Amino acid sequence: MIARLDDHAQDLLRDLAPQVLGVLLRRYRDFGGCEDAVQEALTAAAMQWPNQGMPDNPKAWLITVATRRLTDQIRADTARRLREQLVVSLVPADQQIALAADAAGINERDETLDLYFMCCHPALSSASQIALTLRAVGGLTTAEIARAFLVPEATMAQRLTRAKQAIKSAGAAFPELTPADRADRLPAVLKVIYLIFNEGYTTSTGDTLYRVDLAAEAIRVARLLSQLMPDDPEVGGLLALMLLTDARRAARTGPHGELIPLDEQDRSQWDRARVSEGQRILQHALARGATGPYQIQAAIAALHDEAASSDETDWAQIRGLYALLLRFQDSPMARLSHAVAHAMVEGPAAGLAALDQLGVDPHFAANHRLDAVRAHLLERAGDREAAIRCYRQAAQRTTSMPERNYLLLHAARLSDYG
Amino acid sequence: MLMMNTPGGGPYQIASWPAEDIKAHIGFMINFSKQLSAAGELVGAEGLSGPDQAKRVRAGVNGEPITDGVFPESKEFLAGYWIVDVESPERAYAIAAQASAAPGPGGKPLNMPIEVRQVMSGPPPDWKP
Repeated sequence: MIARLDDHAQDLLRDLAPQVLGVLLRRYRDFGGCEDAVQEALTAAAMQWPNQGMPDNPKAWLITVATRRLTDQIRADTARRLREQLVVSLVPADQQIALAADAAGINERDETLDLYFMCCHPALSSASQIALTLRAVGGLTTAEIARAFLVPEATMAQRLTRAKQAIKSAGAAFPELTPADRADRLPAVLKVIYLIFNEGYTTSTGDTLYRVDLAAEAIRVARLLSQLMPDDPEVGGLLALMLLTDARRAARTGPHGELIPLDEQDRSQWDRARVSEGQRILQHALARGATGPYQIQAAIAALHDEAASSDETDWAQIRGLYALLLRFQDSPMARLSHAVAHAMVEGPAAGLAALDQLGVDPHFAANHRLDAVRAHLLERAGDREAAIRCYRQAAQRTTSMPERNYLLLHAARLSDYG
Repeated sequence: MLMMNTPGGGPYQIASWPAEDIKAHIGFMINFSKQLSAAGELVGAEGLSGPDQAKRVRAGVNGEPITDGVFPESKEFLAGYWIVDVESPERAYAIAAQASAAPGPGGKPLNMPIEVRQVMSGPPPDWKP
């Protein structure tokens, strides 16, 4: 029987992974090489710690092992390059000296923080940003990430390799990050974390036994980020939004993985500890005064979480918050949600009128969510035939199996009791 | 590979079934996949969106995609598939028969046709071209 790391040690390893990578990057610059070396050090720890015991200073241990792997690699690479008579270093000589000699001025907090920004480099596709963030910041293995996205490991390895190459080739254009650079790129980082969360939150088909829990992973990564940037209101807003949404997870799906909409959920199953943690973080963020889209969405989620039922929900305030959100990001989904809140306040007929306005946008007219909301409002307005048509239309248009099943069943129930 | 075909010409027929029958059918399919997975036989399975969403694409003269709309005249459409890794063709046929008997309207077995095809492998280890 091979000894395994306990959960505590695994958590520690994954928390340390981005810190160790940050340190190595500052010294050696080569993202791909450093990243591989850290992965090897993590693997070595997983093999050795269970038998030999955890070192006194796990972080220093990892840095030492990773550095050794990296220098071995550089030596091997150099030998090869010499053979090929291409003595070209990746890092200009003046920078090498400056970096090796200088450890002052830059603190470890910034090193780890810059990892987030590097993983969300603008030269990368969002799929690559996600994969790289999970690997470099989240400390997941390539195999785990591949499983999470249900693709073969070789495919994910390729994606990661391409991502690292893209960073390397764009490297010259990206000098040291200043606080202003970080502020500019923060929205991209937050977006990637939220995409990871949504991937985990919306694809659950009940068969999650072998899948890495991406929603939990996104929350963990956001927690790390909020420790690094405790005073940024949108970082807090995002973390709060994810906690307040994730709190409903247990009530969100039935025994067969079927979706249960908010108004039909058993609210006693909601995770109250998550709700209060999310509320606390949101309050702290709102107190900073710089409102942003994540805080607004978190505030909406909090209003849902606080209500004892759909009827007792403060829909007027939710409508107001969506109106505010639209000023930050005018997306079709936000407008749709605004229309739903409007219908909850003013009645289904007013909601349907608002939807007709939305459907004018050709990009949105064929969206299954528009059909689904329309179906729901038609049902509430008592137009059964039209509601059935719209539910079926939405079922045909969605690409999500659980969602399709939910919509089909809904149409069938209406049709049965007609 | 076990391929489940559905009549072409419109949306899936399941859309017009009563709720209880849809529920039973979905429950069967989820359970079926779970069993194959637990037995270590399932390599992969996907359900496909309906025939009315299908596009047929051909390369034009310059290789640009020429998209045709939906094809109501097509008799059959692939609705989904399972790839299983089993010891013998007989085992694959047995699995296909189970899938074929998925419950339909009134809970009666659909006995729909399931096409069973061998997935071809790479070259044998001692193969020398």
